Amino acid sequence: MQMPLPDAGVLARKDRLVARLSQVLPPVALIDDPAETRAYECDALTAYRCAPMLAVLPSSTQEVSDVLRICHEEGVPVVPRGSGTSLAGGALPTADSVILGVARMNAVLETDYDNRIIRVQTGRTNLSVTGAVEEESFFYAPDPSSQLACAIAGNIAMNSGGAHCLKYGVTTNNLMGVTLVQMDGTVIELGGAHLDAGGLDLLGVICGSEGQLGVVTEATLRILRKPEGALPVLMGFDESEVAGACVSDIIKAGVLPVAIEFMDRPCIRATEAFAHAGYPDCEALLIIEVEGSDPEIAHQLSLIKEIAARHHPVELREAADEDEAGRIWLGRKSAFGAMGQINDYMCLDGTIPVSSLPMVLRRIGEMSKEFGLDVGNVFHAGDGNMHPLILFDANKPGDLEICEAFGAEILKLCVEVGGCLTGEHGVGVEKRDLMLFQYDLVDLEAQLTVKDVFDPAWLLNPAKVFPLEVTETRRARPMAAA
Amino acid sequence: MTGGVAPRAPQSILTKKKMMMTPQSEADLCDAVRQAEGPLAIRGGGTRLTGQAGELLSVAGLSGITLYDPGALTMVAQAGTPLAEIEAALASENQRLAFEPMDHRALLSTVGAPSIGGIFAANISGPRRVQVGAARDFLLGVRYVDGMGQAIKNGGRVMKNVTGYDLVKLMAGSWGTLGVLSEVSFKVLPRPETEATLRFAVDGAGSAVQLLSAALGAPYEVSGAGYDPAQGAALLRIEGFADSVAYRAGKLSTLLAAAGAVDLVDDPAKSALLWAALRDVAPFRDALGDVWRISCKPSQAPELTARLEAEALLFDWGGGLIWALVPEGCDMRARGGAYDGHATLMRAAPETRARLGMFQPQPAPLAAIEAGLRAKFDPRGIFNPGLMG
Repeated sequence: MQMPLPDAGVLARKDRLVARLSQVLPPVALIDDPAETRAYECDALTAYRCAPMLAVLPSSTQEVSDVLRICHEEGVPVVPRGSGTSLAGGALPTADSVILGVARMNAVLETDYDNRIIRVQTGRTNLSVTGAVEEESFFYAPDPSSQLACAIAGNIAMNSGGAHCLKYGVTTNNLMGVTLVQMDGTVIELGGAHLDAGGLDLLGVICGSEGQLGVVTEATLRILRKPEGALPVLMGFDESEVAGACVSDIIKAGVLPVAIEFMDRPCIRATEAFAHAGYPDCEALLIIEVEGSDPEIAHQLSLIKEIAARHHPVELREAADEDEAGRIWLGRKSAFGAMGQINDYMCLDGTIPVSSLPMVLRRIGEMSKEFGLDVGNVFHAGDGNMHPLILFDANKPGDLEICEAFGAEILKLCVEVGGCLTGEHGVGVEKRDLMLFQYDLVDLEAQLTVKDVFDPAWLLNPAKVFPLEVTETRRARPMAAA
Repeated sequence: MTGGVAPRAPQSILTKKKMMMTPQSEADLCDAVRQAEGPLAIRGGGTRLTGQAGELLSVAGLSGITLYDPGALTMVAQAGTPLAEIEAALASENQRLAFEPMDHRALLSTVGAPSIGGIFAANISGPRRVQVGAARDFLLGVRYVDGMGQAIKNGGRVMKNVTGYDLVKLMAGSWGTLGVLSEVSFKVLPRPETEATLRFAVDGAGSAVQLLSAALGAPYEVSGAGYDPAQGAALLRIEGFADSVAYRAGKLSTLLAAAGAVDLVDDPAKSALLWAALRDVAPFRDALGDVWRISCKPSQAPELTARLEAEALLFDWGGGLIWALVPEGCDMRARGGAYDGHATLMRAAPETRARLGMFQPQPAPLAAIEAGLRAKFDPRGIFNPGLMG
């Protein structure tokens, strides 16, 4: 993978930059020792690493504004960072960049149950947002797998989803307002406690812009009252196609489960060996969760079971109580860890129309043989967001490259059937060079012009989202191999 | 904004009625935009926006459902497809547009058929917005023609998509000022088995909004929360399977019993009429005066509406959406003072509209960003110029 060559001029200005930043930040918030900046050399996409020139950990919107203004004046690239859990390399530094981490900004600023909102600093973790309101039986709906660690800042940058999107939507559907600091230090407010911000939907553009348009320091989030209860049902099938058809029939029947999760045989086996959840050994497994009061849950489950029965499941297991529900979810929640026990893996995130599931699963199986790498599938079937996990050996020369080539073919297939490259992880550096599979140059140009408006000098989160050759004239920097 | 515009073609001076361009394909639409020599008034079904300066450019010729995948809860349609056609297709599969777009015709005295492109371009959402989100939350992908006459796509037809910047949201609610939508893909939802409405007798906006907030903060999935001061009635809608609706109606009645006398409208047809009337602001239909639409933080609604001195009010979205009927020419932005939200002038004489503007002016830094985006998407400034800033 290519990254821009560090700007020697910027590197030469390091001392001056440190001096200027130390006037607006306390010593604890400014990290310039190479031994310490190393901690920021990568995010959860660990295959690519590059230590930044500096890291800063501001504690207020004002400090973020000061840092950005100074970096803007000095012409220094800035890479915003939440908790560093990006699977797409969204927070991968360049050697001449300043990492701007929001981790110290984790306060709850306001909880307002009458208006059903919470306002937080964006360094706060996803799960602790719910933690702040669950005493009153409220919750924040988007629930990415990394929710224990991931920050709201990163959720907004990547428009994160989760297992319960089918009913509650993704981050953009639950984000009501932000405080955004532009690269020149200007602080702006978008939206707030009211629905539908005035003017153009800039909030909608900021969400999912991968930290390239500004740094979000505060967010107003929609909170919801917890349902009275929720229960999952587990069903196993002999064929993936049949499981896919079952999902489609349930949705068509007018039942809207809160989650529909899918695992295939390689994933089931790995999970069983790891978590002993007692899953049946079958070709495809669905976990379907519904919500409501006890009678409501019973009614929805009876409809789902009736539909499932028409597809002759090899197993259909209900949860009588929370304990059993926990066991049904245990395997699914351990799936990534279980696969990681076997091997290194690359987790893809392509999304496809639900109706194409059977065909895409079959093709992935064929490709697995062609490339000689195993793949397990575990994903959100209700919304078509796939997570093929390709297993490879990082210590074996050439394996990563084969894995990447295999991954690219899967993502091309997702686009061909009417889907997209990434459903919830973001493009980052990982899928940057695949963007032209999905978009023509003219489509990308429209997106680039948005960045031109928000960040005319192209300093924020460089070398992400768009193929380098497409952004070359704007960045006006030489390239070198990373 | 119209300075420097080329003189109109002779035939349009001769005919009293404005000429209207109706391209029949996206390629034609690109040509029409490319060849335009002055401002264009972008039109879907023509039911929401009238009186824009410029040559009329209608997308009515781009019509038809391109793809409907009920099992994936998605539909793709050309922008000019009439809403009625979309709704009929969805009804045949027992599905619907969950964001419940308002029909503006009666309120604005317009004729024509609302188009799906117009609905998304204007981000039109009804009472269910408070539960399921706005039109923009259902829009999955767009094709549009920019000010240079280029056809551009963004998003797709899947529910989760973070591939590149989300220009889909930007196009939703841009009222044709950034580009002309040619095709939209959107999420649909199952139609529930039945619905019912709880009607509480309440006295005053304060107690009404309190009741609506309590209901929306309860775990009973309220899908509509309105208040009509003229009737002294707060309305709550519950939808779903019949047993579940009955259960939740019972729970809500008990929970909110102290707030006022309650009656249950459990005939789904009668319930639906109540919400169609609120959605379309039916009580203001035949009344004289200007109509304002105000989005605010729900808890601020009682004090804000007291300041408006309106002749009539309607509350939706749990108090977060206020419709105000006021004497002609009054400036509700001035009267409203400071609150979290914004006011849109929906119905007024042309001179009032020219003086106050349809949309609330944005703070300077946001206005600068919006101007920057317009300059990129529509460098000649020909799409509905002046409408949004």
